[in-house]
Amino acid sequence: MSLSDLLPLAVAVPLIGAALLAVTGHWIRRRGCDILAAVFTTAEVLVLLLLWLRTAHGTPSGSPASWLGGWRLHDGEGVGIVLVGDPLGVGFALLAALLVLAVVAYAWRYFDEPPARMPGTFPALVLLFEAGMCGFALTGDLFNAFVFFELMGVAAYALTGYRVEDPRPVQGALTFGIVNSLAAYCSLLGIGMLYARTGELGMAQIGHRLVEHRTDLLTVTAFVLVLTGLLVKAAAVPFHFWLPDAHAVAPTPVCMLLSGVMVELGVYGAARVYWTVFSGPGGMPPGAVRGVLVCLGAVTALVGSVMCWQQRHLKRLLAFSTIGHVGLFLIAVALLNADGTAGFALYAAGHAEAKAALFALTGVLLDQYGSVDEHGLFGKARALLGRTGVLYLVGGLALAGMPPFAAGLGKAVAEHAAGAWLPLLPVFFVTVSALTGGAVLRAFLRVFLGAGTHPREASAPETSGEGEEPEVRSPERRIPLPMLVVPAVLLASSLVLGLAPGIGRVFGRAGDLFVSRSDYTAAIGLTPPTQVHHATVLPGWTVEGVALGVLAVLLACALAAAAVWGRRLRGAVAAAGRAAMELASGRLARPLRVAHSGRLGDDVAWLAVGVAALLAAFSLLR
Amino acid sequence: MSVFPFLVAGWILLVGLYGMVTSRNLIQAIGCLAVAQCSTYVLLLAVGYRRGGTAPVYSDIPTHSKVVDPVVQALALTDVVVGATVTALLLGLVLQLNKRHGTIDPDALTGLRG
Repeated sequence: MSLSDLLPLAVAVPLIGAALLAVTGHWIRRRGCDILAAVFTTAEVLVLLLLWLRTAHGTPSGSPASWLGGWRLHDGEGVGIVLVGDPLGVGFALLAALLVLAVVAYAWRYFDEPPARMPGTFPALVLLFEAGMCGFALTGDLFNAFVFFELMGVAAYALTGYRVEDPRPVQGALTFGIVNSLAAYCSLLGIGMLYARTGELGMAQIGHRLVEHRTDLLTVTAFVLVLTGLLVKAAAVPFHFWLPDAHAVAPTPVCMLLSGVMVELGVYGAARVYWTVFSGPGGMPPGAVRGVLVCLGAVTALVGSVMCWQQRHLKRLLAFSTIGHVGLFLIAVALLNADGTAGFALYAAGHAEAKAALFALTGVLLDQYGSVDEHGLFGKARALLGRTGVLYLVGGLALAGMPPFAAGLGKAVAEHAAGAWLPLLPVFFVTVSALTGGAVLRAFLRVFLGAGTHPREASAPETSGEGEEPEVRSPERRIPLPMLVVPAVLLASSLVLGLAPGIGRVFGRAGDLFVSRSDYTAAIGLTPPTQVHHATVLPGWTVEGVALGVLAVLLACALAAAAVWGRRLRGAVAAAGRAAMELASGRLARPLRVAHSGRLGDDVAWLAVGVAALLAAFSLLR
Repeated sequence: MSVFPFLVAGWILLVGLYGMVTSRNLIQAIGCLAVAQCSTYVLLLAVGYRRGGTAPVYSDIPTHSKVVDPVVQALALTDVVVGATVTALLLGLVLQLNKRHGTIDPDALTGLRG
């Protein structure tokens, strides 16, 4: 079996697993379903690990590609579908597979009462979700990407609304489904336009054919429409309204997947579409793309981190922190160079580990106390301080970018690349890290230590974490071991990734290959193979990176301490600080919170506004 | 090729969007989503249309005859399948929502905000 045969296998394994679980779920018992799911997720990790090990350090013949059914190109034309295994795509598929394995382990015995007749539903949906994500990361065909995108979407809607007996998950899943499907149809319109222009559906083939045309309104509209679907999945402002509603109510293991890897795949898809389809002549001018997407990323980062700080619902807090980090990912990708792209990949991997661990630990709180409300849980979890609390603290610090965790390394690398283009940009990285990390640390102080005074009830519109149905309905039981082991392993792996030697070279190489069109076109046989010049080696831990990481952590600690103990301080300076905070949360944050109305119509209207704004910006800058 | 089909597709999309923004009934909103999706059918079929072309089935016509593009028809068919799945799932969620909340008015669902 050759290397390229592993590519279709990476999509087929979870699909077969899902089908098997759906069919046999009637007969085999719950333990059988759990074992079957574990076997298939492990097999998927092994397939992708093999692929990653063989491609990450370079193959002499370029990236592997597999034409499904043998429908190859003839004279540069064809209707076949291709899967391409370039290091970054394989890396993202591997990240998804590893996280799914963690989720399957975490969810072992998670739901006390699986649906009476179908214990296999949950693992089957998770495997379907995995197939969608891996296919999306590996496909080299734009329409195929749309299909995988919808597959991952439908599985995610169903998983979000998995607890159909509770009112709020259904509402969140519905908003999630409607907004994302609408965005996917926008993408399909864009794909149709590109097919009308070029007569091709393969990404590299479209890019190859666009050379014959000039950049006109059709190209711009197609670019914006295709981008819309991906940016909605990535939850960039103002396309992000569905995300906190869905993440706040989804079952905890599903949150780990949604926030950890699905949202990042949206950013990955946007980068893939730009580089493979639109980066050449006849595509989109890099100056326009860079300017618009960096602005979009900066706004997303600010809105996400400010809203994150305002939350008391712990899952919603983590969801908004994901939006803040997506802003940083967008900035890194929008630099349109190998450094930024590689930094994004490393940051996304580190962020996934920290964020999944934090969601997993929030799941422990929900399991033990039936609440995820920062105010309601005030001081209640003192008994859990020893294990859960310490892990939660470490997760918060990792999220804030503390060295030597992988999230800190990724942040340092992306920050360095951004600072090299515009010295202002590192400010956003430090702000987001400090605010999101600070919010998690504040929750840690209140929930696990009962520090400070009981927080006051705010008058702003908000979602409290009270009244969440516990996902496990035996409150007196001990915490199941996997629910603590999985976050511990995730955080440990983050440490390993952050300290692994040679990581800069591997990710730098992946970035180089990602931004070179010649590798992709050579892989599918459109152009003769050329040697990609590997110049990028990520800087790794530098003094600047460590200093900014420590600065962000210190700011996060200071913010958390000020929020918890600030009201006890006496003196003029403290009073002035309190007044400034009141003003900021009143004048600045309140309109933002009012805008997050949770109404379906508002979400759709914001989506339309976003599309119109992107169209206007790209048409003017073209 | 005329620009008219593209304008029609854009118009259908906007009508669907308008319906989703203003709807006071979730079943109607999902209907509007289906309307918005119809714009993709119109666009895809318009892209593949060739004046004077016939259906791309070669069993009863000579192989050199002029046919419309079969690729976009395959795409539209896939799109129909995807759309049916999504619509069915969403309608199922609305039914469940009605059972739990007792309403399908999006304005009455205020559990998630801020």
